[in-house]
Amino acid sequence: MKIMEGSHAVAEAVKACRPHVISAYPITPQTHIVEEISRMVADGELACEYIRVESEHSAMSVCVGASATGARTYTATTSQGMALMHEVLFNAAGLRLPIVMTAVNRALSAPINIWDDQQDAISQRDTGWIQLHAEDSQEASDMIIQAYRIAEDHDVLLPVMIGMDGFILTHVYEPVELCPQEKVDEFLPLYEPTQYLTPKNPLTFGPIVDPSMYMEFRYMIHEAMGRAKKKIMNVASEFRDKFGRYYGGLIDTYEAEDAEVLILAMGSVIGTIKDAIDELRADGKKVGLVKVRCYRPFPAEAILEAAKDAKAIAVLDKNISLGHEGALYTDVKSVLYNKGPLALGFILGLGGRDITKSTIENIVAKAQKAIESGRVEEESEFVDLDQEVL
Amino acid sequence: MEELFAPGHRGCAGCGAAIAARLILKGAGKDIIAVSPTGCLEVISSPYPQSSWGVPWIHSLFENAAAVASGVEAALRALGREDEAKVLAIAGDGGTIDIGFGVLSGMLERGHDVTYICYDNEAYMNTGIQRSGSTPYGASTTTSPAGKISFGEDRPKKNAPAIAAAHGIPYVATASIAYPKDVIKKVKKAVEIEGPKYLQIHAPCCTGWGFDSSRTIEIGRLAVETALFPIYEMQNGKITSVKKIKRKPVEEYLKVQRRFRHLFEKEGGEEEIKKIQEIADGNAEQFGLDL
Repeated sequence: MKIMEGSHAVAEAVKACRPHVISAYPITPQTHIVEEISRMVADGELACEYIRVESEHSAMSVCVGASATGARTYTATTSQGMALMHEVLFNAAGLRLPIVMTAVNRALSAPINIWDDQQDAISQRDTGWIQLHAEDSQEASDMIIQAYRIAEDHDVLLPVMIGMDGFILTHVYEPVELCPQEKVDEFLPLYEPTQYLTPKNPLTFGPIVDPSMYMEFRYMIHEAMGRAKKKIMNVASEFRDKFGRYYGGLIDTYEAEDAEVLILAMGSVIGTIKDAIDELRADGKKVGLVKVRCYRPFPAEAILEAAKDAKAIAVLDKNISLGHEGALYTDVKSVLYNKGPLALGFILGLGGRDITKSTIENIVAKAQKAIESGRVEEESEFVDLDQEVL
Repeated sequence: MEELFAPGHRGCAGCGAAIAARLILKGAGKDIIAVSPTGCLEVISSPYPQSSWGVPWIHSLFENAAAVASGVEAALRALGREDEAKVLAIAGDGGTIDIGFGVLSGMLERGHDVTYICYDNEAYMNTGIQRSGSTPYGASTTTSPAGKISFGEDRPKKNAPAIAAAHGIPYVATASIAYPKDVIKKVKKAVEIEGPKYLQIHAPCCTGWGFDSSRTIEIGRLAVETALFPIYEMQNGKITSVKKIKRKPVEEYLKVQRRFRHLFEKEGGEEEIKKIQEIADGNAEQFGLDL
């Protein structure tokens, strides 16, 4: 066990996965990850091609070229950088390239804001990337190793991004257990691409596909997403067997079994929620948690199973689909439609706004009020708005 | 010499880009990995499940060919496969000189061992002849049309080879499909030089420029003979060879293309032709083109 910064814990896991090509462009608060990787390369601790590009668009494009040539690749970005990558993310998934990326989470401009929320990753929802979200530094680090296993599985072959809350996880020092190299080597074999660019077998990658077949390609990606669900769960279990740590499969639960009120969220806020639940439980309140570990593919069955006996579920979104509601809330309602508890949506923590235990307690109180009245007064609401600023 | 770019592609009859691709592959040989951005060449050569490419080839997006090629090259090195293939990017002028220019600059500056080849047909042909940074002065395109108060494109062609050379790369060259042996020779030479290389190959487009499909080579030759597309090589920043010409007046090149027709029909056109002649004169002087 070592006390280390979250970004460094991620860099250590990347190193242990022996990537061939890393390409990145610096952007706050992703910088400590790529600085640490740069140091490892400079000190000869990590033998890889580290390509320092002129933009995030090119960082992902370098990964596309390298991955298509048969290399294991890694990058990290956040916020505006992730937005700049947007079209390349679609392309990487469509080309079925198992690239792994740390998606440090940060708000989007305007107004410009360098602090945490999850709008950046949520806005990449439909790109075809598997999207995992880490609760703490340990999970953000371990998920890297899991991600390559998932991405490179021949039944999946899709890129994976790992959400990691900016500053809250990237810049905080926590005790972290690093995975020993020899165990990682056993857990994660060398990447064996099914097809790659080589004169030995001159294939055409990225052709133009007309209306008679385009839908079929999209369907195949969608099917691979479906197969990824089982793979993600299996890899989490295998990781537990190998390294002794487990964070759930597609979701995790906490005090959920007999809970009347469930809170559903993802990312670093999970820790705060668990603390709040401990206190609420001490007061005799039946409150539990559903942690979404995997946002895409969306764990519909797992959430339904976890939520079916609850009376209300409060969904916490550190993002907003402007003009509608939080993205998680929409997804959860679609899963629960006609089947489950009352669902309440809360927009909170945007641009780094603190989410405290009292915030969680207020949300639980609102959920309990809905249970008492049997209806949801306000479907989606902003939490802790400062009326004076408006 | 092996044919590595198969016929049956969807290019127009007389397509200069297809001729360029065929010549480039003859020069580069089969032990390459080629990267192309979105554009005419990509569309005509890769209609799934068919492909004209007899070499491994990848198309990703419009502006990122240089970065994808960087990634291919980095992967070959990282995997210890650098002797397996030379890396080429083959891209149009829109993907190179406009939307992909920053990306190209990054690739050149980082020193990747990649031969980047721009086939220059002087506008966005795939989308219907819109002007690019490589469209020459006076050309009428669908977004720089000649009109009541316009003589078409009002800025000269961006000097991409000079900007490429300013990166301090070992090899920059121009060529024209009108001189096939020269194209093959330069590509062959470029792939053997280590480091980033930039080639710009003039590739007339009968559809976009407005000439009969039987005249592609003839038009390409006129561009060179009028000094509007000078042919030269630069090694380590110095001009090392120039194709000398017995110079023809620019009218001979302009009058045979629909895109310049307004210069001969509109009042004031003569003045514009003079300006184009000045551009040619400047090229001739700069590169010492005149025999």
